Amino acid sequence: MDKRVHFRSPWLPYALVLPQIAVTLVFFVWPAAETLYYSVLLQDAFASKVQFVWFDNFITLFQDSHYLASFKITALFSAIVAITGLALSLLLAVFADRVLRGSSVYKTLLIWPYAVAPAVAGILWLFMLSPSIGMLTYALRGFGIDWNYYVNPGQAMLLICVAAIWKQISYNFLFFLAGLQAIPSSLIEAAAIDGAGPVRRFWTIVFPLLSPTAFFLLVVNVVYAFFDTFAIVDSTTQGGPGQATQTLVYKIYQDGVQALDLGGSAAQSVVLMVIVIALTVVQFRWVERKVQY
Amino acid sequence: MIERRPFLNVVRHAALVVAVALILFPVYVAFVASTLSFDEVLHVPMQLWPGGHLLENYADVMAHGSAKGSSAPVGRMMINSLIMALVIAIGKIAISIISAFAIVYFRFPFRQTVFWMIFITLMLPVEVRILPTYQVAADLGLIDTYAGLTMPLIASATATFLFRQFFLTIPDEYAEAARIDGAGPLRFFKDVVLPLSRTNIAALFVIMFIYGWNQYLWPLLVTTQESMYTTVIGIKRMIPGGDAAAEWHLVMATAILAMLPPAVVVLLMQKWFVKGLVDTEK
Repeated sequence: MDKRVHFRSPWLPYALVLPQIAVTLVFFVWPAAETLYYSVLLQDAFASKVQFVWFDNFITLFQDSHYLASFKITALFSAIVAITGLALSLLLAVFADRVLRGSSVYKTLLIWPYAVAPAVAGILWLFMLSPSIGMLTYALRGFGIDWNYYVNPGQAMLLICVAAIWKQISYNFLFFLAGLQAIPSSLIEAAAIDGAGPVRRFWTIVFPLLSPTAFFLLVVNVVYAFFDTFAIVDSTTQGGPGQATQTLVYKIYQDGVQALDLGGSAAQSVVLMVIVIALTVVQFRWVERKVQY
Repeated sequence: MIERRPFLNVVRHAALVVAVALILFPVYVAFVASTLSFDEVLHVPMQLWPGGHLLENYADVMAHGSAKGSSAPVGRMMINSLIMALVIAIGKIAISIISAFAIVYFRFPFRQTVFWMIFITLMLPVEVRILPTYQVAADLGLIDTYAGLTMPLIASATATFLFRQFFLTIPDEYAEAARIDGAGPLRFFKDVVLPLSRTNIAALFVIMFIYGWNQYLWPLLVTTQESMYTTVIGIKRMIPGGDAAAEWHLVMATAILAMLPPAVVVLLMQKWFVKGLVDTEK
């Protein structure tokens, strides 16, 4: 892991890491420490009265039905986004991997939605599914479905799921395709000679060999659904109707930035921090081990 | 291809064509909408072939936004987004490559501490430290400045790890040879490490450019003046309450403009980008 050869200098290495460490300390470590500190304080918006309250903020939080509801919403949302997104992109990658001609054309066409900002993805779907002028709304009405995500919680959830999955498909696709192309064709050929058909080959050889990639993508997608979809929610439903699409991150934003409840928002941030740390640890455990059959 | 199954192949192509069409459809609709007039875009159902107002609409938003929503000119926002994306991409690469170099090529006290501190940034996305980070930025007078838009996002554990991983694969003989020839660390960095890292730098540039361009929550917090809005947050402000009230043809023109630069970067640098993306995360 380490180099045998080193350079020697009493000051140079410190100078080289200084910019990174300075930014990290000022904008990461210090704010995170403050979040921890705020989470055990009770204060009003102008910090005129500050009181140390131990874990009261957390207790209040977990007794708050809105917060628990937000937890459930986030869990449901990330499950839908991760599972549907992975399934669809795996299917596409398997198809694209198998075709001989034109696979690079498909790749190019499927790659660039990666570049679309989540907020823009939200706006695109908002436009197509707008209750009054949306093109898909019109089509749905043809099928007798009355689409209005302003009043229908399920539809609002569906809207953010569709936008989130659409935005993430190309990322998943790239990883699955790279994973598929790394599988030695000799394995597949051997199975084919033994008489295994395409479906059997997929489940007994390809899928197990792909499972590390799939697991990695699962973690990435859950993290994506937890955090990066803030922009999608904010640009489309803003958490509504009621709190039907109020994910954990969106609730922190609404409670902290809009309602100025510092202690409550900080406690929520701490809970979220614990979740991210857990996910990161899981992800790195995996990198170290490289799950294989 | 193992067996020849022409029928299956046709099915695969058909499925892929349908998938590509479905994925491109929202963008196509946005493009069509951006070429229509206000009345045409509000006509339900909207037509699916481009209209004749393309140049007019784009010139309109570039110069003065949307009359019904935010009237901030999108031209200005594009420049802000570009500055933000470039500073973040270049800044991240620059500070990560030197810190990775220090971690790999030097033995120094607190090296592990430094390494862990960089690692920790992975676990602290902006979303979990919104208010305190905003306060720090406010205390430092960074609200509505380019420094405020970029600096808090410029530390990158991912880039540092990628460079570290890559440096570990550079044969030790290079550093030995450099030392024997009397080259110091900086000379070695400039003449050997930097040229070898070109591909990695290119790949990271694409990823970080997109990351910077697409930022949403942080610019939303740290900008209060219209003149500092980035394109991505500007779009939403063009939609006042009630979806029928918005000038959708202009909103969609802005959406297309917001998508264009990162898409161009991805397509032009596709080869490096794909390799880099897959390597970065592994």
